[in-house]
Amino acid sequence: MATFRIKRFNPEKQAEPYFEEFQLDIPSGATLLDCMNLIKWTLDGSFSYRMSCRSAICGSCAVKANGHALLACQRQAEHIVDNDETITLEPLGNMKPVKDLVVDFTPFWDKINKVKPYLEPGEAPPEKERRQSQEEFLLIDDSSTCIMCGACYSDCNVLEVDDNFLGPAALAKAQRFVGDSRDSQTLERVKELSEPGGIWDCTHCAECVERCPKPARPFDRIKEIMTVALEKGVHNNNGARHALSFFNSVKRSGNLNENRIPVESMGFFNIPGLLSLIPVGLRMFLKGKVPPIIHHSIDEVDDVKRIFKELDQ
Amino acid sequence: MKFALFTGCVAKGATRELMLSTTKAAEGLGFDFIEMKSASCCGAGVVSEKSPLLADALNARTFSIAEKQGLDIVTICSTCQGTLKKTEAHLNGDAEYKKKVNDILDEGGHQYSGKTRIKHFANILATEEGMARLKERIKRPLTGLKVAAFYGCYVLRPSENSDFENPDNPTGMEEIFAALGATPVYYPSRIKCCGFPIVMMNKTASLDMSGNALLDAINHGADVVATGCPLCHLSLDSYQPEIPILQKKNDSIPVLHLPQLVALALGYTPNELGMDKHIVSTLKINEILSAH
Repeated sequence: MATFRIKRFNPEKQAEPYFEEFQLDIPSGATLLDCMNLIKWTLDGSFSYRMSCRSAICGSCAVKANGHALLACQRQAEHIVDNDETITLEPLGNMKPVKDLVVDFTPFWDKINKVKPYLEPGEAPPEKERRQSQEEFLLIDDSSTCIMCGACYSDCNVLEVDDNFLGPAALAKAQRFVGDSRDSQTLERVKELSEPGGIWDCTHCAECVERCPKPARPFDRIKEIMTVALEKGVHNNNGARHALSFFNSVKRSGNLNENRIPVESMGFFNIPGLLSLIPVGLRMFLKGKVPPIIHHSIDEVDDVKRIFKELDQ
Repeated sequence: MKFALFTGCVAKGATRELMLSTTKAAEGLGFDFIEMKSASCCGAGVVSEKSPLLADALNARTFSIAEKQGLDIVTICSTCQGTLKKTEAHLNGDAEYKKKVNDILDEGGHQYSGKTRIKHFANILATEEGMARLKERIKRPLTGLKVAAFYGCYVLRPSENSDFENPDNPTGMEEIFAALGATPVYYPSRIKCCGFPIVMMNKTASLDMSGNALLDAINHGADVVATGCPLCHLSLDSYQPEIPILQKKNDSIPVLHLPQLVALALGYTPNELGMDKHIVSTLKINEILSAH
């Protein structure tokens, strides 16, 4: 017998959410969604959640189980129970609960719309379809697998503190068009995606990769947009300046010049940005934590420089 | 046990106390750490923003250096560990790509075969052999000290590259704390991101991330946070006085590097481990240990 500890919420009856426990024998091979259905059909008909296809295709049934977002229909319940034979179910994070495990996806869809999730070909349609080679399609194959379940959005570490961040799902969707050989707006797209709240606000934590139930792996897609933005010369922002400063430091010396990177990331004419570095810089200076003023190269740095040269970097 | 030590840049720069304490911890444990002086920066997932192939080629060169020495690599930074493991996965998952990278290395006299293993310091300790060695060499058990782990997300995710058994609920660092005689504190934020990678791009969000994690540790009764990542340390310690949520609550908590905590139990003094170099005072730790 397993315990399902479910976060219940019905604003018409009670202002605050609360946990309710249900006991259920998990049938052999049952998915988490099967168990949720059994609870609803046999124990409490008012239990609310989204579901549809039961085959990890529609993306409706994403919930948080034991603290992490997943697709309820994609995982066997026996594989999720913790050491206390319990599964704790909560609504997805970073969105407002509507009732029980149902959340309001409005901000999620708003952000998807914000990245213009449609092809902008820039020329009149051909007589037949717009063709791509196999190689061209492979560049957008992974992002095309996103089923908009919201699992990545739910657990994104940045969205927990900043609603302005576009988030992993919208950025993965953006890569679907940034990388599309038939699109004519690549430069405009990466310019917009380099604004605050875009690609450079991603903290690289890979939480989205971990939660994604498909090969979309949003963080990997975000990195691909970053590469395109740098290639296209969209450098006038702290994120791009940081990447270039880092890159150039390794190119020069084989390692990171920690004294230069904060200043170069902010930009030499960004006075408020430079001023914001003073408190931490001063604190570290007073404790003797400042990196060596004379930056040293690694041994055999010439071989590193050779590799940069060989790759035309 | 002999390893090629990949120091990373920050341990020799802004957190030199990490290098100092790693040397002491290795000495106390009888580990032979040979510094890889010709290894380049791991790229921290940033060089690969510009050129993924370049980042992998540079890291493959690092692996080749260790292979020539016949040694496995030990890292003392979660970011280095995660970044190097990512390159390892790229190379070992695609023979054609590995050949392409080896062709780039060839002129410099380097080749990567795939022999060398890459382990974080925590993962060396959290083995049967590491634990046994640790337990037999402890001189000053950290009795009474409640320690909250902060793993550093690169060492956990993507989970396929992590050496921790269950990256969503890892126990390796807490097992080390218990072996040192300390009391591990489990709290949800221990596997979260510290926010450091975006401190130059979105400082408000970055400080909120580190603040929430530290407050979570404090609210779960921790006396100290210990991390395996010097970048997390910068975020959690060097930036701590600026974190709004802690300022509001007039709260603070010391943050140690994992090797400092280990070496403390091995009998080294706080000053030998550079604990006087921290931004947030670590004196509270001495007081707790003296009281027990």
